[in-house]
Amino acid sequence: MTTKYTKDHEWVAVEGNVATCGITAYAAEQLGDVVFVELPNVGRIVSQGDEVAVVESVKAASDVYAPVSGEVVDTNEALADAPEGVNEGAETNGWFIKLKLTDPAELDALMDRAAYDSYLAGL
Amino acid sequence: MNDSETLKTTPLTNLWQTMGGRMVPFAGYLMPVQFADGVLKEHNWTRSSCGLFDVSHMGPAFLKLNDQSLTGDAAHAAIAALVETILPCDVAGLAPGQLRYTTLPNQEGGVLDDLFVGRPKADADQGTLYFVVNAGCKEQDFALIAQACAGRATLVRADDRALIAVQGPKACDVIGNVGDGPKRLGFMEFLTLTGPYGEVVVSRSGYTGEDGFEVLVAADQAESFVRTLLATTHVKAIGLGARDSLRLEAGLCLYGHDLDETTSPIEAGLAWTIQKVRRERADFPGAERILRELRDKPARRRVGLLPSDKAPAREGAEIRNLAGEKVGVVTSGGFGPSVGGPVAMGYVATAYAQAGTELDIIVRDQPRRWVVASLPFVPHQYHRKG
Repeated sequence: MTTKYTKDHEWVAVEGNVATCGITAYAAEQLGDVVFVELPNVGRIVSQGDEVAVVESVKAASDVYAPVSGEVVDTNEALADAPEGVNEGAETNGWFIKLKLTDPAELDALMDRAAYDSYLAGL
Repeated sequence: MNDSETLKTTPLTNLWQTMGGRMVPFAGYLMPVQFADGVLKEHNWTRSSCGLFDVSHMGPAFLKLNDQSLTGDAAHAAIAALVETILPCDVAGLAPGQLRYTTLPNQEGGVLDDLFVGRPKADADQGTLYFVVNAGCKEQDFALIAQACAGRATLVRADDRALIAVQGPKACDVIGNVGDGPKRLGFMEFLTLTGPYGEVVVSRSGYTGEDGFEVLVAADQAESFVRTLLATTHVKAIGLGARDSLRLEAGLCLYGHDLDETTSPIEAGLAWTIQKVRRERADFPGAERILRELRDKPARRRVGLLPSDKAPAREGAEIRNLAGEKVGVVTSGGFGPSVGGPVAMGYVATAYAQAGTELDIIVRDQPRRWVVASLPFVPHQYHRKG
């Protein structure tokens, strides 16, 4: 399994042709306490960079962008009742959506962990 | 205004940075929006124990009568008459040591600011008024007050001092470190005392819905005062994020959001801030509109709003009736930790202002069902005497 990261602080973990996506621990920490997550309907087709979900903290709403193009094949329904799951496990149980990849080549342009860490260090 | 070099600091900015506060620009000041605990925990701590807030960005000031020959009630009557030309508040009727919440209306009856005005308790201080105005309105308000008093009173700004709010059910237990007097204050009373932190002004007031105090203390004493309070088990430093969720749950207006130059105090549900004697005299700016709205009802009203689901509605979201027509707008919206879900305030056409009225709020292009609710969302815990 490969995990890649975007400059907007989304992560995407790829297994076969399915990518699990979420926001990074850094993003969750910056947002603070997550109180609501709005997820897309299964079956929606998204292009890389589309607004695919919304994450809301006490103070503000933030868009989550599709890190890669694909079809939404699953969403993390546990977040509906327990949005704090995003803070507790942003890069594990706090995943947002699973996408069936339509253009796996898009992954090549995303950052690996080392690159993302150095990107964070420069912020 | 994101260049921190252009931002003003408070006497406590260094302490907040040392403590790991997340600093953001707010009303031209560099202020902590939250600490390591985060907004939810800070909010809940304030409701259950005691939160300490730096509100030194606000505008405390003293207005002093120039005519030193007047004393006692005569001095108070004279200074009250000066400011009643610009405030709809019964300032003359303030008891010694009493504070009132009021507005500064424009000629059209809109609100230029909301503020506190108080009459000092001590005989020697009659002829002085204590003001606390909003950070973003300071220059305007102070200029208006000075203009209204031209030559007859002098405004002495106190915004170089620290103003510290201590809020929550344990506030009364911890305030004793400045002296015994504050514990005996009732809600909206204040006093000046000299104690371990020099001369301080302590009011039993705040903007969280909880019992609590606001303490005006000299800049060079502020850190020592705050560190002493934070060393007790009951007190934690709280950022502006939780201050906002606390005041929203308490149904209190945030200037620039729930109140502005187009909003009248009547639309805002602040008719109670205009005492009978002032309504009868009808001699304040904007009286024509304000009194007409009192008589005939305003066209729109500020209301509380609760959702049928878990999606917060934010400031600016459109409110529609069930026929899909726009009937209002959200002016403050977020998550209420004590309510356990989203809460919002907004203005709706008066026909829709009744508690229980179902309305749709448009969140990301989707109508979501909300219901008009009574304010406050969380009962006030003010320490009222008598």
